[in-house]
Amino acid sequence: MSEAAISAEGLVRTFGDVRALDGVDLEVPEATVLGLLGPNGAGKTTAVRVLTTLLRPDSGRASVAGVDVLKHPDKVRSLIGLSGQYAAVDEYLTGQENLQMVGELYQMSAREAKARARELLKRFSLDDAAGRIAKTYSGGMRRRLDLAAALVVRPPVMFLDEPTTGLDPRNRMALWEVIEELVGEGTTLLLTTQYLEEADRLAHDIAVVDRGRVIARGTADQLKAQIGGERVEVVVTDSAALPLAVEALAPYAIGEPTVEPHTRRITVPVTGGARVLADVIRDLDARGILIHDIGLRRPTLDDVFLSLTGHVTEAEEGGDEDEGGPQSPDGETGAGRRAGRKKARV
Amino acid sequence: MTAMNDSFVVAKRNVRRMTRIPEVLVFGLIQPVMFVLLFTYVMGGAITVPGATTDPNAYKQYLIAGIFAQTVTFAVAGASAGISEDMTKGLVDRFRSLPMARGAVLTGRTLADSVQTALILVVLSIVSLLIGWRTHNDLWKVFCGFLLLLLLGYAFSWIGALIGLSVRSPEAATSAGLVWLFPLTFISNAFVPVATMPGWLQPIAYWNPFSATVQAVRQLFGNVPPGMVQTAWPMKHAIPVSIGWSVLIIVVFRTLAVRKYRLADG
Repeated sequence: MSEAAISAEGLVRTFGDVRALDGVDLEVPEATVLGLLGPNGAGKTTAVRVLTTLLRPDSGRASVAGVDVLKHPDKVRSLIGLSGQYAAVDEYLTGQENLQMVGELYQMSAREAKARARELLKRFSLDDAAGRIAKTYSGGMRRRLDLAAALVVRPPVMFLDEPTTGLDPRNRMALWEVIEELVGEGTTLLLTTQYLEEADRLAHDIAVVDRGRVIARGTADQLKAQIGGERVEVVVTDSAALPLAVEALAPYAIGEPTVEPHTRRITVPVTGGARVLADVIRDLDARGILIHDIGLRRPTLDDVFLSLTGHVTEAEEGGDEDEGGPQSPDGETGAGRRAGRKKARV
Repeated sequence: MTAMNDSFVVAKRNVRRMTRIPEVLVFGLIQPVMFVLLFTYVMGGAITVPGATTDPNAYKQYLIAGIFAQTVTFAVAGASAGISEDMTKGLVDRFRSLPMARGAVLTGRTLADSVQTALILVVLSIVSLLIGWRTHNDLWKVFCGFLLLLLLGYAFSWIGALIGLSVRSPEAATSAGLVWLFPLTFISNAFVPVATMPGWLQPIAYWNPFSATVQAVRQLFGNVPPGMVQTAWPMKHAIPVSIGWSVLIIVVFRTLAVRKYRLADG
């Protein structure tokens, strides 16, 4: 296994009564992408701020590219690129001036900084706007300029805090392509996002964060597997045929079927993928059951997310008096267990 | 070395911003020009300067150093509003995540403010010359007078930097930067002779850091009324006292501001 480019252990940070980080552990191997997935206020940005030396944690340890974040913040700063939620560009400077300034602050010579700025503007298709002040840029252009600013010194480790929030789909896709290119070049990336699709597409590993804790982690596939495998969903044309259809599906089911009479929908967990689907169709057809709609459904990250955070929220709202009780110090190992426990309590 | 380079890069950025938002500079100019005109033509007739000649221009000669000094202290407002605005925007996160010298964002701002102050002083000098103000001293001494003014302005912009880091919004920063400047600049020798104030107020006015610079600049410009006798110690040693106050303000407020910037969680 390669060395971790980013690692954090037991990060805690409180703001007044709010525990923005409540014991976060993270590990990102070199040249991989970790997606930090969570709703607003989950602690994603706080985690990024701690790892990028902008915020000191109350307790815990963190290192980036092998350098201790708390002991040698200056050294860390020369190894990272940060692109935040709000485009951190000076709106009264031109695109060229913005990037050049960042280059000069990385101790590049004026000439070097100028050349690098031009190169980046070109790469991000901003060369036409290079001489215009950033105030005149569209949202997508500002984000690209901000990302370019984070790339001035080709940092080995990058932090992108909700890089596509507020962008239209076209700009989002364009930014994704750039990010994929970076990762292809060997950059280690920590990406926060509220978009499951984004984490699914860009991240090798995903950590689901809620209320300052990592409540689940794994690859997208592992997380999906965690809440159950694939399912066949059948909607029959005539609700009278429902019992018959359930009977027909029984041999394929590996668990209890769910029947929703008002939508005439039956869902059964299966294994075997598309082949099973073909068999099911043939079987139903042979019994003369009319199919309105049928499909093989794999769980999306949305399902993962809702099943994890949804229950946690309910359980904690209803159980404030529980807070004094023993809390598992390793919130992450028991992601599934924790979710299960909460579920049981509800 | 790094610190100097970084400060200059940030100063360059702030000067550039100035040229992109010239309104700020223009309004920064209108206020002191208005003060020069109002004081000379509205109040001037009613104020007599002891020891001055009966020349109708006497008050002007006395006043200008005071207006200049008051103007440079208004750098506080620019610095506090500017720093506060930077702190509320994402840009400061970029700066703080870069391997740059910690104080450079603030030093760069205060240096750029000095450029702005110098520009304002040039315009103000021209206006003052037009309405009849004259210096009566060697040119290099006059120049030193301007340097003292710039030093005071630089010192005050560090006070502004600390205010800008301490308040929550740029709007609050602007007023917080200004309110205390009025008593500070009026309880001084800038507009009226201190001898005309009540006895208990006189020591305050004499020891006011601002008064020392006004007196020092008056001396260097050759604008001290010929018959005016100064007995207060800070007035008799105005030049070293002025430098001392400015340096002290820089040391104290720079230390506090840089520390606050480093600890700011943003």
